[in-house]
Amino acid sequence: MDREKILEVKDLTITFHTYAGRVQAVRNVSFDLYKGETLAIVGESGSGKSVTNKAIIGILAPTAVVESGSILYKGTNLLDKSEKQWEKIRGNDISMIFQDPMSSLNPLMKVGKQISEVYRLKHKMSGSEAKAKTIKLMKDVGIPEPEKRYEQYPFHFSGGMRQRIVIAIALASDPNILICDEPTTALDVTIQAQVLKLIEDMEDMRDLSTIFITHDLGVVAHVADRIAVMYAGKIVEYGLAEEIFYNPQHPYTWSLMSSMPDMDIEDEEELYVIQGTPPNMLHPPVGDAFAERNPYALKLDYEQEPPLFKVSDTHYAATWLLHPKSPKMELPATLVRRIETGKARRRELGNDN
Amino acid sequence: MTTNYDSFQNSTDDDVVLKVDCLKQHFSSGYGKKKVVVKAVDGISFQIKKGETYGLVGESGCGKTTTGRSIIRLYKPTGGNVWFNGELISGNLTSEQKLRVTQGIQMIFQDPISSLNPRMTVKEIIGEGMIINKLVKSDEELTQKVIEMLRIVGLSDDHISRYPHEFSGGQRQRIGIARVLISNPSLIIADEPISALDVSIQAQVLNLLNDLKKKMGLTLLFIAHDLSVVKYFSDYVGVMYNGKIVECGKPGTIFANPLHPYTKALISAIPIPDPAFERGRTYLSYDGSRFGCAPGNYDLRLISDDHFVYGTEEEHQEFLAEYEARKDLIK
Repeated sequence: MDREKILEVKDLTITFHTYAGRVQAVRNVSFDLYKGETLAIVGESGSGKSVTNKAIIGILAPTAVVESGSILYKGTNLLDKSEKQWEKIRGNDISMIFQDPMSSLNPLMKVGKQISEVYRLKHKMSGSEAKAKTIKLMKDVGIPEPEKRYEQYPFHFSGGMRQRIVIAIALASDPNILICDEPTTALDVTIQAQVLKLIEDMEDMRDLSTIFITHDLGVVAHVADRIAVMYAGKIVEYGLAEEIFYNPQHPYTWSLMSSMPDMDIEDEEELYVIQGTPPNMLHPPVGDAFAERNPYALKLDYEQEPPLFKVSDTHYAATWLLHPKSPKMELPATLVRRIETGKARRRELGNDN
Repeated sequence: MTTNYDSFQNSTDDDVVLKVDCLKQHFSSGYGKKKVVVKAVDGISFQIKKGETYGLVGESGCGKTTTGRSIIRLYKPTGGNVWFNGELISGNLTSEQKLRVTQGIQMIFQDPISSLNPRMTVKEIIGEGMIINKLVKSDEELTQKVIEMLRIVGLSDDHISRYPHEFSGGQRQRIGIARVLISNPSLIIADEPISALDVSIQAQVLNLLNDLKKKMGLTLLFIAHDLSVVKYFSDYVGVMYNGKIVECGKPGTIFANPLHPYTKALISAIPIPDPAFERGRTYLSYDGSRFGCAPGNYDLRLISDDHFVYGTEEEHQEFLAEYEARKDLIK
């Protein structure tokens, strides 16, 4: 497929300078984002997924230092931009939706004003023009009675409606790239389904490229075209959604996928558990960072860091298990069953169509 | 005449630990014309037998947390009765009765960070209940007990003198669980015990709770919004909506054959980690404004075995017909 690359992250390394030392939050991360696709970044908290995306939109904390790497957008490196130039890019080119809709809205400002602000400041529209635009946008994101809602404050809105407002603000200036940082984690399943649907509709309508950060694999399966799995500041596996779900290669991906109960789980079945806690990134371990918690770890994992091995043209994984000389491993039973039911479902759907 | 849930409940009461009968919890604000009454819990009934886990699911604001808090007497119920080990515990109690309640029912909270006192050591946190209830005689005995508890929940002996901030989220939740278990309660109310934890930690805590449940025969009221977790963990499930239980039954029955439109919407919204399935799926939506508006007597009515659905007499006939039509398909 020859698709247009819209964003290119190359060898990005970010550290935080703290009193305790340098925390290596992101280590040598590279990925591309193609036009019109949704890339999901999966990983537990502290794996560096949010920091990576904050770098893309230029809102890193002052203590963060970009040690090396580049983020190419429209042929220029975003990391070289001055704050003045950033103001032009944020919103117009790249927008972001945050996890908690309550804390990303101003509680003292009417929601209508919070959305129309974008039109007035970015597009220099007059008040009435901005209001008309805002009401149309509120209608687009599925807020009933936008004229009345325009005059209300965030506390009048439920969680799902607030997240719709946040999405409206992010979309007001028509960005090309939308970064969603756990947009549905704070919401209920039914509301989550609605918000996911909305984001999907908006992607189609506006031809957006989306980076979706989450740890919920169910949500990932719903939204993602491609998936990148992050652990301890590195991308350990990436590939098309089908490849990651039906043919996972990295032990960390295996454990993530088999550790949560799903609807098919038997009552007596023991959940697969990832032992221990993520490594301290002040002193990242030598070799594979996941080795400590990995029952499949080889001796080599403690000594040398695995490179990215190629599984297919679109699928790469950083694990020594893919080395031709390494022993064959049995996948966790839960995972085998899930992959099988998944494949069976796919065949069934394929026949139906 | 259809059987409703109340008559079902009264028929069995041998080893019932907790029985909630038509519990109502209303909150009001303002006076006169401005008075607003929020019916957080509006007449729910259920019972939990010894060694059983009752899972209460529903979206935020449906009253599931309030239910837990009313049972443990953090609120004064507006109406209804709660029996604990055969004793009425709603309403005014003598101090002896209160002691029995507070010792017998313990609670695990959602957020392990804010539910542990940052200035107390693990020993003080876990042992506090023992000291207050005068269950230990000497400090050595207390240390012994606390260490025993730490081992049961998978922490080590030297954690005893540490402070909560020295632990990770999963370990903190283990401390919360140890604090609950030490007084050997007959009922544990777990209010979203894993939703604030990280993905890789959730499975650890779930497995621990499951182990303890089997080993110690715990009786649990498990409150959660994650349906797959509830299905995995509970022996009996109640789906709550708008302060009412709209459907209850064995998890297998409910998930295979949901009848109430809200339960259907809820189950259809669960994301499944399978891209092929997710691409083709459609969500059902539930229009909440129609809830409880049909004329007639609303009640939880029997469908089969111990599967109950909330509705009017008329709706019940529809549910029954739907059940009959689908019964063969499922088996």
